[in-house]
Amino acid sequence: MSDPLLVVEDLETRFRTDRGTVRAVDGVSFSVDRGETVCVVGESGSGKTVTGESLTRLVPSPPGEVVGGTIRFDGRDLRRLSESELESVRGNRIAHVFQNPQDALDPVYSVGWQIREAVTLHRDVSTSEARARAVDLLDRVGIPDASVRVDDYPHEFSGGMKQRVVIAMALAAEPDLLVADEPTTALDVTIQMQILRLLRDVQAEFDTALLLITHDLGVVAEVADRVVVMYAGKVMEEADVYELFDSPSHPYTRALLDCLPGRGEGARAIGGRLPDPTDPPDGCRFHARCPHAVEACRTGDQPPMVPAGDADHTVSCVYYQPGYDESVVTNGRGPENDGSEVVDG
Amino acid sequence: MADDVGGGKPSNTGGAGHDAVDSADSASATDSTDTDSTDFADPAGPVDPLLRVRNLTKHYPITEGLLAREVGRVRAVDGIDFEVRRGETVGLVGESGCGKSTAATSLLRLEEPTAGEVRFEGEEVTEYDAAELKRFRRRAQMVFQDPTSSFDPRMTIGESVAEPLVVHGMTDGERRERIVRGVLERVGLSADDADRYPHELSGGQKQRVGLARGLVVDPSLVVADEPVSALDVSIQAEILSLLDDVQEAFGLGVLLISHDLAVVREVCDRVAVMYLGEIVETAPTDELFEDPQHPYTRALLGSIPRPDPHRRGSAVELTGDVPDPSDPPAGCRFHTRCPEVIQPDGYEFEQSVWRGVMDLRVRLRSGRFDDAVVRETAAEADGVPAAELSPERVAAAVREEFDLPAELGDDDAERVLSDAMSALVDGEVETARERLAESFGTVCETVDPPLDATPAGHEAACHLHGEPTEPGAAPDEGRAD
Ligand code: SF4
Ligand code: SF4
Repeated sequence: MSDPLLVVEDLETRFRTDRGTVRAVDGVSFSVDRGETVCVVGESGSGKTVTGESLTRLVPSPPGEVVGGTIRFDGRDLRRLSESELESVRGNRIAHVFQNPQDALDPVYSVGWQIREAVTLHRDVSTSEARARAVDLLDRVGIPDASVRVDDYPHEFSGGMKQRVVIAMALAAEPDLLVADEPTTALDVTIQMQILRLLRDVQAEFDTALLLITHDLGVVAEVADRVVVMYAGKVMEEADVYELFDSPSHPYTRALLDCLPGRGEGARAIGGRLPDPTDPPDGCRFHARCPHAVEACRTGDQPPMVPAGDADHTVSCVYYQPGYDESVVTNGRGPENDGSEVVDG
Repeated sequence: MADDVGGGKPSNTGGAGHDAVDSADSASATDSTDTDSTDFADPAGPVDPLLRVRNLTKHYPITEGLLAREVGRVRAVDGIDFEVRRGETVGLVGESGCGKSTAATSLLRLEEPTAGEVRFEGEEVTEYDAAELKRFRRRAQMVFQDPTSSFDPRMTIGESVAEPLVVHGMTDGERRERIVRGVLERVGLSADDADRYPHELSGGQKQRVGLARGLVVDPSLVVADEPVSALDVSIQAEILSLLDDVQEAFGLGVLLISHDLAVVREVCDRVAVMYLGEIVETAPTDELFEDPQHPYTRALLGSIPRPDPHRRGSAVELTGDVPDPSDPPAGCRFHTRCPEVIQPDGYEFEQSVWRGVMDLRVRLRSGRFDDAVVRETAAEADGVPAAELSPERVAAAVREEFDLPAELGDDDAERVLSDAMSALVDGEVETARERLAESFGTVCETVDPPLDATPAGHEAACHLHGEPTEPGAAPDEGRAD
């Protein structure tokens, strides 16, 4: 058993704003194994994007700052690295792919030039070798006529093709970890599926771990091995992907699944709003919107992550603590739950 | 339902909305010599749908040089028909670039359509003069475009919502305020929100204000462009059910433009699916989702990732990109990507292999096939100079690129394909293209399928549903011009 590639513990990232300090990521822990796909899912304001950016100090600072926790990547704590040491990790061993491919591409250079840059930054190769590698990468991410298109400029590619180019660029250094933040959100649905399959294929081929950040539970179901559900800067639930969809345990996860449009019985919105990020409430962050909230939910800290059913399935909710009856939470309306199944406590 | 026009339904929120409706009506009456729309009513009156669009077309010329000579046309919307009845929500769905938003803006004459008829409450919108157009703009409201940029940050919510009333000539400030507060409550905000500023509101609340601003002038048609695509899922459901509620309470006709099929399914009574400027299928919502008849609709539905990991990998994957709307494919516009594209007579292919052959044919036709490229790629993969590759290796590389097997199951088809491959290896792209085209022709690339009834009861434009007309006798040829 080898150690996980990435272990994040108690990560805390804050932003100083006029209205106070926003605790965007507030004590988040999770890990990613080599070659594994972990999805961080949440709505805007959940802290999922900031979590991904915090790993390699991409959080704009000021106003943002990682103020606590450890980010152990392949045995080293990234928080303790100097800027130049981190530089050699970023883009090299950890690569990022974002929502809008045009942000990652420079309009004045051909895509081949940009991929070559990425290749030569991380490896000492001749120009012609770098070019061959660029062609090879474009070919592998499914760009037809790669050896011709390598000389084209970003504007000559469609949105879906641009995202392929960005993925090729990210893969140039054969990173151990690819962090992809909403990589398909800006794309049409038929193109989205192409990119998701591509991510899955290249991940298998390059044996890269993938941390995919998304709001879309459909995307999660399509690619994840494991899922981390975030809400208001905290992790609410973590589970194997099948486990999460078959027996969602946290009231927030259950509510999230219930509000997907087109799921038969009619979508149900989650009433209420995210708590004020500058002044989060005591107790469980979800309590103001939770249909099951009791007094214990409103005091103290966010409930600790405790097992729910499977050993690898953990939940931050008082109902899974000793002395509570978790069926109160799981008997409500859920996707696969008719209430007949008793989850073992 | 057709009788519920004009907010005649009893209000369930204390009459505030009702007040808004009546007062806004009288606002326009005080406006000018404006007459009531019934004066213009079509003889067909009651059976006329609220909105009927025929052959709506919007082309954008591509010009060149100082004299702006027209060298081509982007066929954004290319002759579409649909209607919206009172009290009905109709969805127009498709991917970006399919023309759905252009359809909306041209039917509202926010930009002038190139051709077509738009009948609204029995009148021809395309013939409206400026005064009539102004009145039309009150009766047909576009709501929900980008909520963040559509509000003046210095105006209170109340002022923003009241603005259309001012524009349409309501001078009585107190009355405006009363109407605004009423309509805010109708969209689930509080009357006191009138005094707040846009930056104090969440995305979902801004969408509510956007809707309030559309409703304040008592329209009979609301065009909602991507109403929830900028919102989190937990808020989407809330806004969609609000749209449903006000649609019913006000007896509105709603045209909903969206790329998101799940959204459309949630609120629409009927749906029209667009691809490259044309409607390819139209059906009652349940029927469309349960029994889609057009391969594009099936692909769209099939490519939505389901929130169910047990079904992962089962999604349909379309190959290729949407073609350029200034040069749409001949025949059925979807034939360059259609997974179900019809096979040529006399041969038997596995369907996915046939799709691969079509991909090759499409590429040869596009002039973007270059055998040197294939050689180079293969040479790189093998680590040998391109000149040393055997012809067999190059042919194999071409097959690989298009996911074609080393040998087709059908001997006759294989003979054609290997002929074409030899030609390709010799650099004779044109010969290869011809060889494939003459043997492997399909009706899908020659005849534009009309929107016709299918066995499912609704309409789709696809040759799979019925005998195509004679090739060459394409009914739609030259129509766009
Ligand atoms: S801890 Fe309480 S408020 Fe939080 S999810 Fe559980 S029941 Fe709901
Ligand atoms: S006409 Fe042919 S190409 Fe077009 S959708 Fe039908 S089967 Fe596909």
